[in-house]
Parts: sequence; C-alpha cells; structure tokens
Amino acid sequence: MTAPHDSPASAGWVEEALREHEKQARYEQTRDEQLLGEREGTRFEHRGSPQPLPGTVREELVLERIDRARRARPRVKEDRITMSHGAGGKATQTLIEAIFLDTFRNPLLEPLEDAARLAVSGVRLAMTTDSYVVKPLFFPGGDIGDLAVNGTVNDLSMAGAVPAYLSAGFILEEGFPVADLARIAASMQAAAARAGVQVVTGDTKVVEKGKADGCYINTAGLGLIEHDIDLGVALARPGDVILVSGPIGDHGITIMLARGELDIEADISSDTAPLNGLVASLLAAAPGVRALRDATRGGVATILNEIAAAASVGVVVTEDDIPVRAQVRGASELLGIDPMYVACEGRLVAVVSPEDAGQALTALRAHPLGADAAAIGVVTAGPAGIVQLKTAFGGTRIVDLLVGDPLPRIC
Amino acid sequence: MKFVDEFRDADKAHALAARIAALCEPGRQYKLMEVCGGHTHTIYKHGLEDYLPEQVTLVHGPGCPVCVIPMGRVDDAMALASEPDVIMTSFGDMMRVPGSNGSFFDAKARGTDIRMVYSPLDSLKIARQNPDKRVVFMAIGFETTAPSTAMTVLRAAAEGLTNFSIFCNHVTIIPAIKAILDSPDLRLDGFIGPGHVSTVIGCRPYEFIARDYGKPVVVAGFEPLDILQSIYLLMLQLASGEATVENQYSRVVPWDGNPVALRAIGQTMELRPYFEWRGLGFISHSALKVREEFARFDAETLFPVPGVRVADPKACQCGEVLKGVLKPWECKVFGTACTPETPIGTCMVSPEGACAAYYNYGRLTRQRVREASTS
Repeated sequence: MTAPHDSPASAGWVEEALREHEKQARYEQTRDEQLLGEREGTRFEHRGSPQPLPGTVREELVLERIDRARRARPRVKEDRITMSHGAGGKATQTLIEAIFLDTFRNPLLEPLEDAARLAVSGVRLAMTTDSYVVKPLFFPGGDIGDLAVNGTVNDLSMAGAVPAYLSAGFILEEGFPVADLARIAASMQAAAARAGVQVVTGDTKVVEKGKADGCYINTAGLGLIEHDIDLGVALARPGDVILVSGPIGDHGITIMLARGELDIEADISSDTAPLNGLVASLLAAAPGVRALRDATRGGVATILNEIAAAASVGVVVTEDDIPVRAQVRGASELLGIDPMYVACEGRLVAVVSPEDAGQALTALRAHPLGADAAAIGVVTAGPAGIVQLKTAFGGTRIVDLLVGDPLPRIC
Repeated sequence: MKFVDEFRDADKAHALAARIAALCEPGRQYKLMEVCGGHTHTIYKHGLEDYLPEQVTLVHGPGCPVCVIPMGRVDDAMALASEPDVIMTSFGDMMRVPGSNGSFFDAKARGTDIRMVYSPLDSLKIARQNPDKRVVFMAIGFETTAPSTAMTVLRAAAEGLTNFSIFCNHVTIIPAIKAILDSPDLRLDGFIGPGHVSTVIGCRPYEFIARDYGKPVVVAGFEPLDILQSIYLLMLQLASGEATVENQYSRVVPWDGNPVALRAIGQTMELRPYFEWRGLGFISHSALKVREEFARFDAETLFPVPGVRVADPKACQCGEVLKGVLKPWECKVFGTACTPETPIGTCMVSPEGACAAYYNYGRLTRQRVREASTS
C-alpha cells in the first residue's frame, strides 16, 4: 500500500474532545471501580495496573455513561446558528433549553407546551406565539396567511383553550408585490373567520431587498380556558392510548413538492386547518384526555418523544395503524425520508386514558377534520423516554428525535 | 403500495426466520457483514434484527459513502467552497459530515454558498442560472453514484459549460472489501453484497471473495425480505461448507453489470493511486479522479486545493468496529469523545453507523437481552 509521507494535521475540536475524554476516563475509572465494588459486594483492589472488568459489566457502565450524558444539562456546542437549530429536532430542543429557557426561566414557561396557561384576575387564559417563514408562500391547500392563523389557533387549542384574539406582525421585503400581500391578508381573514377569532392588533416592518424572503409573518394568540381538564404531555400514564386525528405528513410533503426542486408531482395538498372545533368536541366527549399536541415541525415522531421524555414513560406505536396517504408514502419512499418526521398543520396527537379512548376516537371521527382518526399506540411503563415502533414488517425500531432536518439519503 | 408491500410481508419473514434458525449449528456464531449503508438503513428501519437468532450477528460495513470521506477531504471541500464566486453543491447527507472545522451546515451558517441537490444534474441547472459564478459539485459515492456524475460531466462538456466542475471523491467498493478481508483479525463469515453498486459493476467482481477467501457473498436487494432471504442463502452456503457468489437481487442486478454506466465512468474518470478512507486508512486504487481530458471540469485542477491530511485520531477504533473485531462500546473514545453530536469516526457519523446505532439504541437491546435471560 502506498501512503504519502506528509505529516498529518489534526482537528482542534477532536483534540479538545480527546482531552475531555481523558479527564472523563480518569474520573470514571475511579467511579466505576467503586460501582463495581458495590455491585459485587467486594472491594476492588488495585495491583499495579487496573484489572479488566467482565465484559457485561463494562457494557453496562458504558450505557450508564451514555444515560448520564443524555441527562446532562444541554449545551449549544456550535458557535453559529445552523439550519438544524430550526428543524424541530434535538438541536432545536438544545437551543431552546440552553439559551431561552435558561435565561427566561419561570414556572409558566417551564413546561414548554404549545401555549402558556395563565390566570389574570381569575380568568384563565392561554397565550402563544409563532412565526411563519414558509417557502413557497402559496402552495396547494393554503398559503402563509391561513397557515399563520391556523398555527396559532391550533397552539391555543392544544392548551385546551378557546382561541379568541390574534396579533399579526409582518416583515416584508422591499419589492414584494402588493397584490400578493393583499391575497395573504384576505386568506388570513378567511381563516380567522373560519376559526372564530379576530386579528385585533398588528405590526408592519419593511426590510431591504435580500434581507428577507418576500414575507414573514408572526402571530400571537390569546384564548380562554373554560373547563377543568388538566392537559400536558407530562401527565401521560402507562396504559393511555395515543390517537392521531388523520393522515400524517401531508403539509410537509406538499411544501417539498411545491418548491419544484424535485420534479415529482403528486395529487396532494396541505392539511392546514383550525383544530379548535375538533378539540372542543373531543374534550366534551372524553374528559380523560391527558395531552394534546399538534404535530407540526418534527412531525408525529417528535411529539411522541416529547411525551416519553416529559412523563418518563415508554411509547409503543404500530406502523400499520398510522394513517399515511399513499401519495405521502410514495414521495417519502422516493426521497428517503420518514413520514413520522414530516410536518402536519391540521393534525393533532392526543393522549387519552384507556377508559375514554373509545369515546375520544368516536368524537374525533364524527368531526370532518378527524374523519380518518386512528389509535396508533399506547403508553407503557418503560423503557422510559423511548419511543418504539412496531414495523409493518414485524420488527421493532426506536423512533428517536432527529438531530436536525430530515436529510435525503443517497445510499 | 405495489412493488413495495410485497417485499415487506411479515408472514414470509416469519417463515424465512424459522429456516434461518434451523440452519444454525449449536454453539456456532455467525457474523455476516452487510457492506452497503442502504442495507443497514433497511435493517434498522424495519427492525429486521428481531427476526435473527441470537447466534447470527450483522456487522455494518464500510458502505456508507459519506461516512468514509476523511476529514481532510471535507476540509478541502470547505476551502473550495470559500473560493471567490464559488457555489458548492452537495447531496443532503454530506451536509452534516464533520471536517476539522465543522460541517457544510456550519460553513453555510458562516456565509459560504453551499446548496443541497438531489442529482448532480441539478448543479448544471444552477451553473446555467449563475453564469457569473463557479459551481462545484461535491461528488461522492461508490459506483452507484459515479455514473450520474460521469453523465453530468459529459453533459457539461456537450453543452460547453465553463463554470461547472466536480470535486471528485468517488470511491470503489472492491478495494475496501479486500482491505477488510486482508486484515489479520477478520471475524466475518460472509457478505451481504451491495445491491445498488452491483447494478453498475455486476456480480463478477466479487468472485475473488468466494474463490480466494472462501467467504460466501449474496448480492441483495433493499427491501427487508430481500435481506432476510440473502441471510438465508448465506446460511445455506455456510451450512453446506460452500462459498460462491449468488445474486438475490436479479430483478435489478445483471450478472455483468451495466456496460453503459461503466463506459461513462471509464470515459471521464480513472483510478487514483491511493485514497484515504475514514477508519480504514489509505487503500490503493480505491477511488476515482477526473481524467485529464476532462481536466476543465476537475475542481482539483481548477482551484488550489490545500490537500491537508487530517489524521484519524489514534484513539478512534473505527477500523476494528468495521471489521467486527470490536463492539462499539469497546472502543476507547465511544460515548465520551465520540458521540452522535461530535462524531470522530465513520461509525458515529451516519445515524446508521454501527456506533451511532449502538449509542442510540444499545440500552434497549441490552434490556431485551436481560429480559430474555431472566425469563
């Protein structure tokens, strides 16, 4: 074999990681010996060099080390924001927890639910905000306008609130067609009327050409909580049933295809819709609802992971039971992505007590937006924090959070 | 879905699993390597290992083209991308592979113009739309993707494009398999041959594995039943003491490969004397470069490429993991210096790499083993 003789450089971050490793290894050696001693009920004795540990014990110790690393305080390692930080996966979570939660920490923010629940002079409210940067601005089934209204309406609905008032902030790029803006505003108004909310305040900023991509919208919303059902992913308990209100992945695939970069055509449109009506009938029929989430960025897989992590439970879902349209499945197969991670804009995931699951499913299916609702899995006692999928093929796999965006694979 | 669901039939899988189990000799351990990253993906996606008896272990091979690109080449690509007026184009899964100064994603965040494409031909479109820019395609992959790069170069030549070039990192599968076979501590019993690569090179190039090394090879398709059937065929050979090359993926793979694709590669590219693989080191004649006739499309000729070597850290034991000598958790840096967020070696880079998979899922597998042993 031939090899060049130049002296290789070495990557700085690798060296740093290795130094950290050395430190950790020294620390762990003493610690592991202690642990082993406790476990075996014997004292671990040093005779010159350390004695090799039995294989299974060493593997257990490595696994424990990984568990500790997973539980460690999140730290943003990058020195710049990358697209992964906005993708809804692990990187987003780390950014939110390490920067925002750490800085703003308060009991209302801490649950990191879709909307915060507050009480003002005895009136119980839900408040939320969301920004919309979708590209293209207009796509089959909707546009950035109705998306911006529905998204915020849905975040309020997931807190069990009745959405009432919205704000609308626009960041417009110099040169953006006024006709497009009028069209977006009209579709926002139509969506607001459909959801029974009003846009009551707003803001407009214009930035130089090239500093934004046409039109960005931020909406914030206020809603009233009129019932006594306590909702939150941390409330999930073993035995609970997990429901999804319809086929998943429609919005994400529609947007990918609408960008026109893939030369794939499919008869499919975004599922963007206000879910407040659906939630109202669900809560009326099934007071045993423990948590609601709309499966937007990061898809159903991310929601399931949030449930497993927040409640320290396991989640087991069955691939055959998860509704996915043939077009979405086909496009996903072609692109090498998993519909479980693809965004929806009009679908919710509900965790319901086993007693109420039947009624909940019936209530969902009775509503036009939940006609294809399905029970997709159950909450289990363990393994805590892990989401497992029983594949149609008959195997099991773990559905983890993505590190960043789902990337198309070449192999 | 037609032509998909037929290959994911759970009943057939159970039947195959029973036959595989019946072929296991008591006390014998079987280590089979799936060479191709696409197979590893299928195995995880469908939970295929659940069907295998405890005696049969799958070893995930070096066939993930993004994972084997050494850090130095990623650094070179970054240097190219930061040349004035350059637009770098790359496949999506290359975007997160770390060089010594971060990944393409990080470079993009620092303002470098790096764009994700689905096909090398998309780079030509970008080149046509940006005549005042210089478009460089980060060409990676085995013989599977090399033909499409070759066709792109030929198309660019036919169109007379002057602002397009490729940074060629194409690698060839056979020398990598040979490097693994030649290692003195090899522990493998057979190979699940790479299906996509074989659509191009055919099955003949694997004959030496059976003939000279006595290891069976079954070229396999990418649906879960394809892989399960291939494992069954390997087990049949092992049970009878045979070693031949079989083609399970005959619906797609011709025995002699695809002559048109091979010609296109031969016309535009030639073998490098050697190339460095992450985890495996330097392997002779294991990669392709652009032929001199097409030097005007070769980024390595057109631009200054630093060519700095970044050594795999000594502590990284990817090579041993790839060869099935070490389990991921036995590597010195596993889980401390090397994690999915800061991957050092090839096995941690891709989520399908053996180490990344173990990091994420090992806890569960271990738990299952524990449960099985106590019940």
